[in-house]
Amino acid sequence: MNLRIIKSGVLDTVQDMGRYGSRYLGINPGGAMDKYAARIANSLVMNEPDAAVIEFHFPASAVFFEQPALIAVSGADFSPYVNGEPVPSLQPILLSKYSILQFERVIKGARGYLGIYGGMNIQPWLNSYSANLKIGIDGYLGKPLQANDEIGIQTVDAFTALLNTKEFIVLPWKADASWDNTANEEIKILPGPEWDRLDRNSQTKLLNESFTINNQSDRMGYQLSGPPLIQQSNDEMISSAVTFGTVQLLPDGQLIILMADHQATGGYPRIANVISAHHSRLAQARPGEKFQFVLSNQQEAEELFLKQENHLGHLRNACRFRLEQLLGSF
Amino acid sequence: MNYEPTYRIFPLGDAAITIDFGSIIDEQINKKILAGFHQLQKDPLPAMIEAVPAYSSLTVYYDLAVLKKIIPGEKILYDWMKEQLEKRDPASWDENNQPARIVKVPVCYENEFAPDIAQLASYNNIGVEEVIALHVSASYRVYMLGFLPGFAYMGPVKEHIQMPRKLRPAKVAAGSVGIAGNQTGIYPLASPGGWHIIGRTPLRLFDAGKQDPTLLKAGDTVQFYSIATHEFENY
Repeated sequence: MNLRIIKSGVLDTVQDMGRYGSRYLGINPGGAMDKYAARIANSLVMNEPDAAVIEFHFPASAVFFEQPALIAVSGADFSPYVNGEPVPSLQPILLSKYSILQFERVIKGARGYLGIYGGMNIQPWLNSYSANLKIGIDGYLGKPLQANDEIGIQTVDAFTALLNTKEFIVLPWKADASWDNTANEEIKILPGPEWDRLDRNSQTKLLNESFTINNQSDRMGYQLSGPPLIQQSNDEMISSAVTFGTVQLLPDGQLIILMADHQATGGYPRIANVISAHHSRLAQARPGEKFQFVLSNQQEAEELFLKQENHLGHLRNACRFRLEQLLGSF
Repeated sequence: MNYEPTYRIFPLGDAAITIDFGSIIDEQINKKILAGFHQLQKDPLPAMIEAVPAYSSLTVYYDLAVLKKIIPGEKILYDWMKEQLEKRDPASWDENNQPARIVKVPVCYENEFAPDIAQLASYNNIGVEEVIALHVSASYRVYMLGFLPGFAYMGPVKEHIQMPRKLRPAKVAAGSVGIAGNQTGIYPLASPGGWHIIGRTPLRLFDAGKQDPTLLKAGDTVQFYSIATHEFENY
């Protein structure tokens, strides 16, 4: 009972909430770029938040299901189709056996997530289902998904009974993914440990001018194009910890924002950190998009994160309630 | 030498906190960091996800949602974590009694594995043989792992084999032994890198298939020794 990739995407990988506890060995946590969206996909199919999902970029894989399955798509909207018919994101979808999920075009966002009821039958590495493509892990956690890859998934009898003769059913409830009313082009930051290395003028520029994500951006980090910033101190830095969202100042005065596959430690000045609650919007930004940094504070950053968590918690409970009712009737 | 137990605690974003003993490469300070790290591994702070030791700093990553359940109310969670860290009495962290594990690392310094050794020698106005002799003549402390899985930051190397890192990173093979400033390190995986490569070890520094995937750990002592090309090939 498998899903099979029948057409390779440009970069589709198995991910989860990240690999923790090994950073002291230089092993970076990785994980989904947009963990918020990945958790919504898992909620919609009644999985635990850290179940394995497929993260896809555009052009995305086409996926064939050998058996009935319950799936949900979240994150970027790449116009999903099942068996040639358009289906919505953010709604659970019951698929009959031999269904094909495809993505047609980019409507919004940078990476999408496919959640599958019961998760995927994959051997975790160091307690995580996050693919790391560079370090020689065996199996699906060491490579992008390619045509003919097969991953074991779960089916339950209720799916077949509910489907009856239908090819697929879009279940009639939709996750509300919006929780934040910050303007779209704003990214909130906290001053980083080396904030004071920027001269006053550069601090002003950082907060008043806009920055563009350039083409040298990937799962490791986003390089930004903007006004060159100047350091007051050229003292050599020694390596220390960094995190998802750390904004580093490169020697040429440009910035890089560290994303999911960032190295465990770094040696460039950490002038700021994007607040956790805005990692998701950052993960959905594409090269060419512009945004502005807005200075936040510890209290606001924590409150926004907890607000996002609350939203996810309610969503998870609501999804579970509905699905249990539906599946329980069989 | 006596060190003042002074440190700074600051946030790294909204879900991590760092304690820093001075942004310098210093064995005594690094021992303090590792002592604090080992203490936290045994007895983690509430809501701690993991801790990461570096040269002179220790960073604790924590889960805000878990923390909020422990301390409801209005208090800023970072402030609470800072208090918890201070309660661990960082000034008293000490690991001088912990014997270092010694790891002997064979290195082939022949030209085919050492693309930058001639340049490093001429930068320092010494011969290639002297570079090798100086590199194997000292033992090095592993201060921290980072950059790549299993990449050990070691040092200090003797003055006559120091050289600032390259301006542009070059392609580096797995096992390559490099020098940057007064540090030496080994690339566990093929990667772009800015260190000057003076040799290569046949040892595997990182193996994802192993229970314990890295050969080296922070706090280890490394001794390099020179091997010939045929020894490298038959290792």
